[in-house]
Amino acid sequence: MSFNATRPTLLAAPGVAWLVAFMVVPCLLVLSYAFFQRGVWGGVEYTFTLENFARVADPLYAKIFLNSARIALTATVVAILIAYPAAYAISRAPRMSQPILLFFAVLPFWSNYLIRTYAWIVLLNREGLINNLLRTLGYTGEPLSMLYTESAVITGLVYNYLPFVILAIYSTLSRLNPELMEASRDLGAGPVRTFLRVTLPLTLPGVAAGGVFVFVLSIGNFVTPALLGGGRFQMVGNLVYDQFLTANDWPFGAALGAALIVTMIVLLLLQARATAHASGERKGEVER
Amino acid sequence: MTRSNTPILRIEGVGKRFGPVTAVDNVSLDIRENEFFALLGPSGCGKTTLLRMLAGFEAPGTGRILLDGKDISPLPPEKRPLNLMFQSYALFPHMTVRQNLSYGLEMERLPKADIRRRVDDTMGMTDLTPFAERKPEQLSGGQKQRVALARALVKRPKVLLLDEPLGALDKKLRERMQLELKRMQNEAGITFVIVTHDQEEALVMADRMAILKDGRLLQVGAPEEVYEHPAERFVANFIGVMNFIDGKTGADGVFAAEGLQVKAQGGKPGTATLAIRPENIAIGPPGDLPVSGIIVDIAYHGLDRVLHVRTAAAETPLQVRIPASGASNWKTGDPISLRLDPAKCRLFQ
Amino acid sequence: MSAALSSKLPGRIVLVLVFGFLYLPIAVLVLLSFNDSGLPTSWSGFSTRWYGALLANTYILRAAWNTLIVAVFATVISTVLGTLLALGMETRRRKSNGLEALAFAPMVIPDIVLAVALLTFFSRLGLTMGLHTIIISHVIFDLAFVCSVVRARLKHFDFSIVEASRDLGASGWTTFWRVTFPVLLPSIVAGALLAFTLSVDEFIIAFFTAGAGRSSITLPMQIYSMIRFGITPEVNALATIVMGVSATALLISQWLNRERQVP
Repeated sequence: MSFNATRPTLLAAPGVAWLVAFMVVPCLLVLSYAFFQRGVWGGVEYTFTLENFARVADPLYAKIFLNSARIALTATVVAILIAYPAAYAISRAPRMSQPILLFFAVLPFWSNYLIRTYAWIVLLNREGLINNLLRTLGYTGEPLSMLYTESAVITGLVYNYLPFVILAIYSTLSRLNPELMEASRDLGAGPVRTFLRVTLPLTLPGVAAGGVFVFVLSIGNFVTPALLGGGRFQMVGNLVYDQFLTANDWPFGAALGAALIVTMIVLLLLQARATAHASGERKGEVER
Repeated sequence: MTRSNTPILRIEGVGKRFGPVTAVDNVSLDIRENEFFALLGPSGCGKTTLLRMLAGFEAPGTGRILLDGKDISPLPPEKRPLNLMFQSYALFPHMTVRQNLSYGLEMERLPKADIRRRVDDTMGMTDLTPFAERKPEQLSGGQKQRVALARALVKRPKVLLLDEPLGALDKKLRERMQLELKRMQNEAGITFVIVTHDQEEALVMADRMAILKDGRLLQVGAPEEVYEHPAERFVANFIGVMNFIDGKTGADGVFAAEGLQVKAQGGKPGTATLAIRPENIAIGPPGDLPVSGIIVDIAYHGLDRVLHVRTAAAETPLQVRIPASGASNWKTGDPISLRLDPAKCRLFQ
Repeated sequence: MSAALSSKLPGRIVLVLVFGFLYLPIAVLVLLSFNDSGLPTSWSGFSTRWYGALLANTYILRAAWNTLIVAVFATVISTVLGTLLALGMETRRRKSNGLEALAFAPMVIPDIVLAVALLTFFSRLGLTMGLHTIIISHVIFDLAFVCSVVRARLKHFDFSIVEASRDLGASGWTTFWRVTFPVLLPSIVAGALLAFTLSVDEFIIAFFTAGAGRSSITLPMQIYSMIRFGITPEVNALATIVMGVSATALLISQWLNRERQVP
């Protein structure tokens, strides 16, 4: 390579500097706030305390945390259950059409999150499309109140993050040597056992990557609970939002943020282990 | 070891098209019990498609496949008592060697103790015992190849199919594994059907071989038979090294090209191509023997030398193989004379 | 595939259902934006009046202008920094885990956390917040995405062509402009378009770093406040336009960055 030893460092320097100055430092700063007291008028008083972390563990807030985790987990499981068959079907489609199918599966993911969430308000509203449809079909009772429910929040989360899960699972499926499945059939396993013992274990890294993504973004979400939950469902994201923008308790908000980050790091580490477990699938195999 | 002549596997008029391409064209073939059978041909000749039809991964477009007299064409791969050793080995990366070997037996729902015993036996036979608890990525190429073989053998299939089993190995290891494969086939007493594009490999290992080209079966026979009596010009060229000389056969049956006349067998009058192997040409000092030429190249191969001799008879120089010990005096540019052994000449018309 | 290896029908059904789930809500929005009554209750004829209403709404126009400024500046800065970072990371001799984590973090960090961190940071510095702070913040994740797109291309990049160029007498600088850059250009543009889309759509971080007052409201912030008041026909029209712009940018990005036959 004609690049000398110092050039890579020089090339990377501006980007690294930007990330350090505007991401690492702010994150450390806000983390440090978690160890200080809240000022009388809302600011920060620089007296060391662990009180904020104790408050995170307070039953009132711990309940919100656990509730968020439950909603996020439900959304994660539902998203995986929908995404896996979809990714599988795409990976079985003719080679030529796979990139196109994949592109259109992921396209909504890059469009505006708010708009995608808003679309569900339109659908689930009491005067919304689904109630309308029911009325047209002869339903005469009270319009169903589907909006501002936990199911609405979960639906919104699943809808918004589904494309990424499809992408993650598809990418492991498409890298899987199809001869592995054939070998399993050849050795006497039917389609179901082949799926359970070969395909599924080997695509777990993709499932884990997609799942961690949905979980982390769901638990820290505040837009979906605010719009589809109508503010009735406090999630950690809303709590952080409130501490910074309404309650003006930055140190406590910082502690909540820290808890989110720790959750994320733990999950990412678990995911890395899942990936390591199914490793080696591409090494030592010959291209046909 | 006795080899019976009853066919264990009968391929009857099997054909397969992919869109406009005919991959396998009306192939009929009997494979006998306990023989080492090679499907040989250049890439794209349909040999892999044929193998995949035997294993059950492709459905034949036409024809039937009979195993022990029963039509297995409608059976899915998992219901066929044959096993395939994949070219990529297709070892399950998330399982140890032992788990890979046990997999197929677990599918037969055998008792745990039986599985353990059979897996241990097979690992012993294939020298894999020390690697039982390793994952495939911790194995060398040769070890992986043995695991793939063992995984199929442990099922005790009626026929073992091998798709380019040695393709991924380097030359030295490949030569050793050729003999290993033969030994294991003997020990296991299982019919082997191997797909290869390497004619040398087929010659060394196979009891009988079939040569395919463009989906068609050109010739079936023992290696010596195919080598000595190739049925078509393509086979003659594909198996071993062959010199070709274009010319005419007269009414007397004598083949003639410029500066060359041979009384070869089976010649009908008309244009013909004469084929002769490099080892069937004798050399002598200029003028001693009937065909004269000039040495344009000498290639040293250890045991023997191959002289490339330009003659008036053929466009490409003829290859002549002589023992390395007796050839030290010849130099490039020397005139030389040749004699073609009439008994070893073959005519294609 | 053998007759025994499952039919294609179940896969087709799954795809129809999933794509229906993904696109039906969007299709409904687009359709409603052309509904004369603007209400989801009934179709009262095709009309573009809500698009007209949009153009008359100065708040929305202002927000759109702000969004454009933010997206353009953030895209330019992040494309340069992200490309350089990608080059730096891929030409290093040894992989640095710290560097990998740093470049990966902006893509996975919950945006609410980054948002409050930046709010804390900017207010600690005593900076007046506005469009410039949104730009600074957007560059963080934009550059990470540009970097990952360009790196994906660099992974397939045959560095021997760089050596060939040097061997043929070109300087390092000439080699970069005549060989490396043209090969990378499609992925750089693809990364830039992706960054632009992300910036146009980003809400939470902009919301936290915009500061007080209406002057630095971006389109997503405007949409958010409109949605909170309920369904309005203008939102449908606005949503349709925003999605159209994003989808177009992505189509171009994808087309530029499509898999080429790599020899």
